[in-house]
Amino acid sequence: MGAATRDAFGEAIVRVGEDPRIVVLTGDLKDSTRTDSFEEAYPDRFIECGIAERNMIGVASGLALSGKIPWAASFSTFVAGRFETVRVSVAFQEANVRIVGTHVGVGVGEDGYSQMAFEDVALMRTLPNMTIIQPADAAETHAAVEYLVEHEGPAFLRLTRQGVDDVHGEGYRFEPGRIERLRDGDDVALIASGATVAEALRAADLLSEDGISARVLNVHTIKPLDEEAVLQAASECDALLTVEDGSAVGGLGGAVAETLATRDGRAPLRIIGHRTFGESGSPDELYEKYGLSGPRIAESTRDLLKTLG
Amino acid sequence: MEADTREDLIARLEEAARDLRITDIEMLAEAGSGHPGGTLSAAEMVAALFFHKLRLRPEEPEWPDRDRFVLSKGHCIPIVYAAMAKLGFFDEKELMTLRKLGTRLQGHPDRRLLPGIEASTGSLGQGLSVAAGMALAAKLDGADWRVYCMMGDGEIQAGQMWEAAMFAPRHGIDTLTAILDHNQVQQTGKVAETMPIEPIVAKWTAFNWHVREIDGHDMVQVLDALDEAEMVTGKPTIIVSHTVKGKGVSWMELETAWHGKAPSPEEAERAIAELRGEGS
Repeated sequence: MGAATRDAFGEAIVRVGEDPRIVVLTGDLKDSTRTDSFEEAYPDRFIECGIAERNMIGVASGLALSGKIPWAASFSTFVAGRFETVRVSVAFQEANVRIVGTHVGVGVGEDGYSQMAFEDVALMRTLPNMTIIQPADAAETHAAVEYLVEHEGPAFLRLTRQGVDDVHGEGYRFEPGRIERLRDGDDVALIASGATVAEALRAADLLSEDGISARVLNVHTIKPLDEEAVLQAASECDALLTVEDGSAVGGLGGAVAETLATRDGRAPLRIIGHRTFGESGSPDELYEKYGLSGPRIAESTRDLLKTLG
Repeated sequence: MEADTREDLIARLEEAARDLRITDIEMLAEAGSGHPGGTLSAAEMVAALFFHKLRLRPEEPEWPDRDRFVLSKGHCIPIVYAAMAKLGFFDEKELMTLRKLGTRLQGHPDRRLLPGIEASTGSLGQGLSVAAGMALAAKLDGADWRVYCMMGDGEIQAGQMWEAAMFAPRHGIDTLTAILDHNQVQQTGKVAETMPIEPIVAKWTAFNWHVREIDGHDMVQVLDALDEAEMVTGKPTIIVSHTVKGKGVSWMELETAWHGKAPSPEEAERAIAELRGEGS
């Protein structure tokens, strides 16, 4: 078993911490989030917020709007769960905040459901400008942290409590926004993220004993999703499985399903809804602008039918 | 302006507050929706801040050393837009686009659209945290710019407010001045009946804030309190500004109905006549 990705985060944030813009915040969880290492190295830029995560997220936003790169770390369910503050004070403001959520899914173990983030990915996916990164192992966590120092805009980094097997060797090159193909295969594609990537590789080994060739895809960037890699897998493999330690509704599986249903298949689905923030105007004007009015629905329908040829 | 005597300054700001009220009513009437009550109650404080206290460069809204103003009670932004236009952040003609499709003057402030808006707010309870984060950034940088955050009295019913109230003194943030526009009425009734917030002074004092209570419609007291806040070290200041919701338009004052309803054109005319002191 390799390191937990939260452990790798604790090392990585110290490594990049020389940058004076970096500030780390936590809410009485510096030990569990492995940010105590940062406190030791850069005590002035470590901000204890107490068990008050909404305020922590708001403070992070104010820091970001004043030129800092704040990393607000807690159990993922305690930060993603303060959704309304993330929604307005971080996402809507386009504040350059990194929300770091550790302790995700059943990988939390004995503490049980109240500490296990299931819904975090689905929630964060609804925010138009939120980048979501879930590294599969320590090497990828280091690379993701380096990338997030330079990234512009809000981001959510999802990390495991438990140790995970290393799936990357030395010299791994992280390509943000791209799905990584860890194993070739064309009977089935296993699409995984975070801790489930190593499990998918294990499954692929077992399947090969049955003569089934399984492609293994590592989705470290859940949003924006590498739709082309998903579509390629759908056209080259007989079946797809998504595997995540999180809700089956609206997370990685939801993102893949949306891609397939809208861009592949015989009766394509078009999902009309919001992918941006809203604005002021009369309800009628806004229904028209945002594609929800009768004429706009008809227009979308004609447009979709045209693509069927 | 530097040559102002204190008396001249007070007279100038009182007049500015009246003009802001008039512009506010005109904007809301044109928009056909909005929140007159809580904009009118804030006029003196907004005038004192924007036309005297805040260190700003309207022609350079991103100037790093500017003071920051966060309107946590985001629905009251029209009177702030009025002050910003007067200072030259944008053309005064744009004020009449308030709340219309395509406007930069959103119903609640959107910092992405309008330079000079420091924080997008409107989901009540969040602004003080953001303001505290800004003040913390200044402290980390050793900068001397200050942060002002105006909150509603109903708004401090929100739990996040008290998380922020605990946070700022813990980190010795003393460049933050919170202003509680205590206008006594919230959307559906009196604050004291909806969810009492008293004793306000004792609460903030207990949270280790420097607390100053004033009559928020008395410009002398407004200026004194803002000056005093700058002298406080080691802890943040909150000015509990006792105000009247709908102040200046007699038939709107303390009337719950005028929390979130725009005046009709005729009502606006009557309101403006009263604000100008014409007839009755």
